[in-house]
Amino acid sequence: MPQVRMVVNGREVAGEVEGRTLLVEFLRERLGLTGTHVGCDTSQCGCCLVLVDGVSVKSCTTLALQCEGANVTTIEGLASDGELHPVQRAFHEHHGLQCGFCTPGMVISAVDLLSRNPDPTEAEVRSWLEGNFCRCTGYHNIVKAVLAAAAELRQQKAA
Amino acid sequence: MVAKGIGAAVPRKEDRRFLTGRGRYTDDIHLPGEVHAVFVRSPHAHARILRIDKGPALAVPGVLAVLTGEDVAADGLGHLVCGWLVKSKDGSPMRMGKHPLLAQGKVRYVGDRVACVVAETLAAARDGAEALVVEYEELPAVTSLAEAEKAPVAVHEEAPDNVVYDWELGDRAAVEEAFAKAHRVVAVDLVNNRLVPNAMEPRAAIGVWDPGTDGYTLYLTSQNPHVHRLVISAFVGIAPEHKLRVVAPDVGGGFGSKIFVYGEECVVLWASRKVGGRPVRWREERSEAFLADAHGRDHLTHAELALDAEGHFLALRVSTRANLGAYMSTFSSCIPTYLYATLLAGQYRTPAIYAEVKALYTNTTPVDAYRGAGRPEASFLVETLVEEAARVLGIDRAEIRRRNFIPKDAFPYQTPVALVYDTGDYATSLERALALADYAGFPARRAEAERRGRLRGIGISCYIEACGIAPSAVVGSLGAGVGLWESAEVRFTHTGKVQVLTGTHTHGQGHETTFSQLVAEALGVPFEDVEVIHGDTAGTPVGMGTYGSRSLAVGGEAILRACRKLIDKGRKIAAHLLEASEADIEFVDGAFRVKGTDRQKTIQEVAFTALVPHRYPPDLEPGFEASAYFDPPNFTFPAGTYVCEVEVDPDTGRVSIEKFVAVDDFGRVINPLVVEGQVHGGLVQGIGQALLEQAVYDPSGQLLTGSFMDYAMPRADDVPAFVVEFAPGTAAAANSMGVKGCGEAGAIGAPAAVINALTDAIGVRVEMPATPEKVWRALHGRRLAQAAE
Amino acid sequence: MYAFDYRRPSSLAEAAALLRQDPEAKLLAGGHTLIPTLKQRLARPSVLLDIGHLAELRGLREENGGLAIGAAVRHGEVAASDLVRRTIPALAALASHIGDPAVRNRGTMGGSIANADPAADWPAAVVGCGAILRTDRREIAADDFFRGLFETALEEGEILREVWFPRPERAAYAKFPNPASRYAIVGVFVAKFADRVRVAVTGAAPAVFRATEMEEALTRDFRPEAIAGIRVPEDGLNSDLHASAEYRSHLVTVMARRAVEQARAS
Repeated sequence: MPQVRMVVNGREVAGEVEGRTLLVEFLRERLGLTGTHVGCDTSQCGCCLVLVDGVSVKSCTTLALQCEGANVTTIEGLASDGELHPVQRAFHEHHGLQCGFCTPGMVISAVDLLSRNPDPTEAEVRSWLEGNFCRCTGYHNIVKAVLAAAAELRQQKAA
Repeated sequence: MVAKGIGAAVPRKEDRRFLTGRGRYTDDIHLPGEVHAVFVRSPHAHARILRIDKGPALAVPGVLAVLTGEDVAADGLGHLVCGWLVKSKDGSPMRMGKHPLLAQGKVRYVGDRVACVVAETLAAARDGAEALVVEYEELPAVTSLAEAEKAPVAVHEEAPDNVVYDWELGDRAAVEEAFAKAHRVVAVDLVNNRLVPNAMEPRAAIGVWDPGTDGYTLYLTSQNPHVHRLVISAFVGIAPEHKLRVVAPDVGGGFGSKIFVYGEECVVLWASRKVGGRPVRWREERSEAFLADAHGRDHLTHAELALDAEGHFLALRVSTRANLGAYMSTFSSCIPTYLYATLLAGQYRTPAIYAEVKALYTNTTPVDAYRGAGRPEASFLVETLVEEAARVLGIDRAEIRRRNFIPKDAFPYQTPVALVYDTGDYATSLERALALADYAGFPARRAEAERRGRLRGIGISCYIEACGIAPSAVVGSLGAGVGLWESAEVRFTHTGKVQVLTGTHTHGQGHETTFSQLVAEALGVPFEDVEVIHGDTAGTPVGMGTYGSRSLAVGGEAILRACRKLIDKGRKIAAHLLEASEADIEFVDGAFRVKGTDRQKTIQEVAFTALVPHRYPPDLEPGFEASAYFDPPNFTFPAGTYVCEVEVDPDTGRVSIEKFVAVDDFGRVINPLVVEGQVHGGLVQGIGQALLEQAVYDPSGQLLTGSFMDYAMPRADDVPAFVVEFAPGTAAAANSMGVKGCGEAGAIGAPAAVINALTDAIGVRVEMPATPEKVWRALHGRRLAQAAE
Repeated sequence: MYAFDYRRPSSLAEAAALLRQDPEAKLLAGGHTLIPTLKQRLARPSVLLDIGHLAELRGLREENGGLAIGAAVRHGEVAASDLVRRTIPALAALASHIGDPAVRNRGTMGGSIANADPAADWPAAVVGCGAILRTDRREIAADDFFRGLFETALEEGEILREVWFPRPERAAYAKFPNPASRYAIVGVFVAKFADRVRVAVTGAAPAVFRATEMEEALTRDFRPEAIAGIRVPEDGLNSDLHASAEYRSHLVTVMARRAVEQARAS
C-alpha cells in the first residue's frame, strides 16, 4: 500500500493508505481527529471542511494521497495553547452553534473567508457560507459571529 | 441573585468541545474488535421477496454474517411498534400493519431494510451488500396520498383500503349549525408538503453484546435513550430492560427524527450477539437518511371557515388526509390527530370546530414527528384561512385577527378542540410585531419595489402551539402508551460541586447551560460548579427524553423540584448545626441563615456535613442528593406573531425574504441567547418548508429528492437576518418557572407568514414549497387571465 | 468506492502514456465530480492518474489578444485572477459562482469542461466565447466540442490541456441556479465581439447550445429589448422536478436579457 505523508496541525504524519482512502477517513480513522465530520455523500454540506495549504477543502471529496506533502489544519488545530481562535471565540460568544455537527466545517470556512476578505459584508458572509449547511441555528448567529470575528481580527492586526 | 442565573444571556458551556473538534458523537466512538454493518435496502416501493441467496455475500472476504428477516423471526424477535393508540370515529382501533426489523416476505417502500451485512471492514460490508442476491416480484404500489384510499393495492393486509384510522374531534352538529347561519364561508385546499428532517449528523449506532454478563450496550443517535431501551426490550425483545444500557452521546441534531425506534439500531445490537459479541457499528449515508429516516408533514386538507358580516369566526370545519407512509413509526398516529386538530382554534375564539382526519398507508418512507409535528400543519391552515377571510371580506389582515383573538382576560380558556389554554396575550404580540415590521409603512415599500420591477408582499402569522408535552393522565386517556413526565436527580459532592442528572437529552438545545443556570439560581451555587449529565441509561434516572418543547417546561421543573427537596433537607441540617429551630432557617443566596441574624451555613457546608455526618441530626439520612419526577398538570401554550415581507422577481418567480419579524411569548426566558437561537433555527426550517423543501416521489415510488442535489436545504444566503423579540410574556401555569418552551415555534409559525406574504405580493396563493416555477406559473396564469379579460 | 490505484504522473506525456496502456485508467484533477461518482460506485477505474498538479496544465496567461487557461487551473484561481478580471471579467464572475468556495478551491476548469455536465457553467463560457480547446493532440473549436449529455469530442485517452478564450468587447454570464444543487437550471453566456455576438446556453438542454436567433438579433442591436420576444423552442429542453421545459425556455430569454444588461454595464 502506498504511503502518504503530510503535516497535520503542525505535526508530521505518515501512514499507509489505499488509493481510495479519503482525506476525511485518514484524519478520523487513522489520526483519531474526529472533529471533522461527514454530513452528506454528495459533496455539498461542508461538515468535512479542513484547510489544505491554507484554503478550505472538502475532505470527503479529496483522496488522502492527493494531499501528499500538504499542510492540513483541522478544527483540532485551530486553537493554540488552549486559546481559542478568534473565529471559535466569536462562535461561542454569539451562540453560533447548537448541535455542533456542522460547526467544525463552518469555522474552517469562516477562517478561509477572513484570510481572503478581512472585512466582509453580511451578504458576502452569507454567500461564502453557501457550502456549509446548518440545520440548527438558522445561520443568524453564525453570520453575526463571523462578522464579529472579522472585526476582532482586524483590530488584532491593527494593534 | 447569582451571576449567570435565570434570565442571563450566558454563552453555552457545551460550546468548547464542539468548537475544538472534541465533541463525541456516536460515529466518533471506536471499540476494540469492532466490525461494520451495511444494510441492503429495497429498490422497489412494493414487492414480494422471492428468494435471498446469502452465498455470494458470505463468500466476500471479510464478511462475517448476513442477517435477514427470516433470521429475525427465527430468533423470536418482535416488531417495531407505534406507541399511541388512536381510535376511529366508530371506536375501532387503528390498524397497525406489522413492522419487522428486517423485511419478512414483502418490502413496502424504497429503502425498506432487507438484510444486514456484517464484515470486518466497511468496504467488505459494502462489497457483501452488493453481492447479496435478492429476487423480488414487483407489486403495484400506492405512492400518492391523494390516491391511497382508492388504490387497488393494500400496503398492509390489516388495512385493505389503506386507512389506518378515520378519526374526528369536535362538535360536528354545532359546526353544521353555525355554517348554516354564516354570512360568508371561506374555503381553502391546502397541501402541507412532505419534508425530510435532515439533522446534519446522520443516524449511527454501535451495538455491543457482552458474552460475560449477557448484557447489551447500544450507542446511538437518540433524543430519548430510555424510550429506546423500553421499546427494544419490551417490544423487540433483544434484551431485558435491566440488561440493556442505551447511550446517546453528543447527538448532531434531531428535530424529531431521532425520537423513533428504527430497525437499523435494533439490528446492530442483535447482530453483535451473532458475531460473538464483537461491537457492530453502522453509520448512515446521507442518501440512506433520505430513504430511512422518518419524514414529516404530508397532509392534504380541505378547510372552511364560517364568518359573520363583521368578520367574526363562527365555525371551522376541517377535513385532512395524512400520509403515514409504509409503516406506523413510533409516534406517528398522534401527530396528525392530537398534536394537530387540537390546535385548530389557534389564537381565536372560534366557538365551534370540527375536524376529521384520515390517516393512510402508502408505499413511501414512514412519516412521524418533525419539528413542530402536527402543530405547524394546524397553524398553517388556520393562518392561511384567516388571511383568505380578510381578503374576501375586505378587512385588514391585522384587524380581522384583533376581532377574533381570545381576549387577555378570558384565560383559562377552554377551546372547542379539547385544550385549555392557561394564559396568553395575543394582541400585545401582534401589535409589537406590526410595529417592528413597520406594517404601517408597507404601502410605501411596496410602491418603491414596484418601481424596481419587483412585487412586494407582507404576511402575518399568529401561531399557537401546545408544548411541555405532556400531562400523563391526559395523553393516557387519548391513547398514549407511556407517561410523559420527566425526571431529575441533583447531587452534591463532598467538595460542594453539583451534578444534575436529567432524563431529557440535549442535541443542540443547550440544556447543559440552561439547566446549570436554573440550578445555580435555585441553589445559589456558581454556574461553573454545576455539571449536567444526560444521555446514558446507566447513569441517569429514567426519563422520556427531548421533543415537543418539553425539556425545560417538564424536565427543568423536575430539576427545580429536586433542588427544593435538597433545600428542605439542608434546612434541617443547618438548623442542627446552627442550633436553631428549623422554622427559623431561611435559604438565601446559597446559604441557610437564622432569620434576623448573620449566623449561616453555606449550602456547600451543609452538603459536606451531610456527606461527612459527624455532627448530624440523628433521625436524618446522610447524603445530599434528591430526585424528583414532574408530571405537568397541563400543556404550555407558547404563542406569538410573525410578520414576513417578501419580494418576488416576476420574470423568474424567485421569492426573496426581505424582512422577518418574530415576537414570541415564551413565558419566562431562562437564557435569551439560547432561546433566540432556537427561534432562528425554527424559522429557517419553516421558511425552508414554505419556499424550498419537499420530498417528491415518482409514481413508481422512487424518491426523486433523494439527496441534497435535489432536496433544497435552506442555506445562509436563502434567508435574512431576523428581528426576534420576546413579548412581555404571560407566565405558563403548568410549571413553577412560568416557562413555555421555544424549540418548535419558528417552524410552526413561519410557513404561514411566508406564504401569506407571497400571496399578498402576487395575488394568488401558491402551494408550498413556493418554488420559482410555481410562482412564475401563478403569475403567468394571472397575467394571461388578465389579458383575456 | 471500489479499490483503485493512485498515481501521480510527472508530466502530461507520462499521463498520456499511462492512459494509453490502461483503458480502465481515469484522469483525476480536482476530483469534485469524479470522487462523488466513485463514492456512489458508479465507476470502477483501475487507477486514477492525478494530473491536478502538472505545471503544463496550470498556466494562466494572455495570448494572442485572449486568455489561455490551463485545464487544471481551479475555479477559484480564475475567479481571483487579476489577469482574468482585467481581460475577460465575465469568466472570473462565472467562476466565482461555481459550486461553493470549497468546490472552487479544488475543482478545475478543465475537469468541468471535459465532464460536460449539462448544468455546468464553464461550457457556456467556452461556447459563448467561441474558445479553442487544446488537447495533447490537437485543437478543437468550441462549437465542435460538446456533443451531448456528458459527451465531448475528446477521444479515448485524449487529454484537455488548456483553453484559449478570445477576448470579447463585452461579455456576461447570467445564471438561474437550482435551489437545491446550485447548478444552473439555466445559464446564459453572452459575448459581444466586434463583428458578432455569441449566446451560449447551459442547463436548459442535454448539452450547451447556441441561441442563434438571439445572436443575430443582438448582433444587429446589442440591447436586452432586442431579444425580449425571442424564445428558444421547448422541444428538446430538459424537464425535471425543478423546472419544466416551458419554464426553462422562458428563463433562457430572461437570463439572456440579464446577461446583455450586465454586459452593457461592464
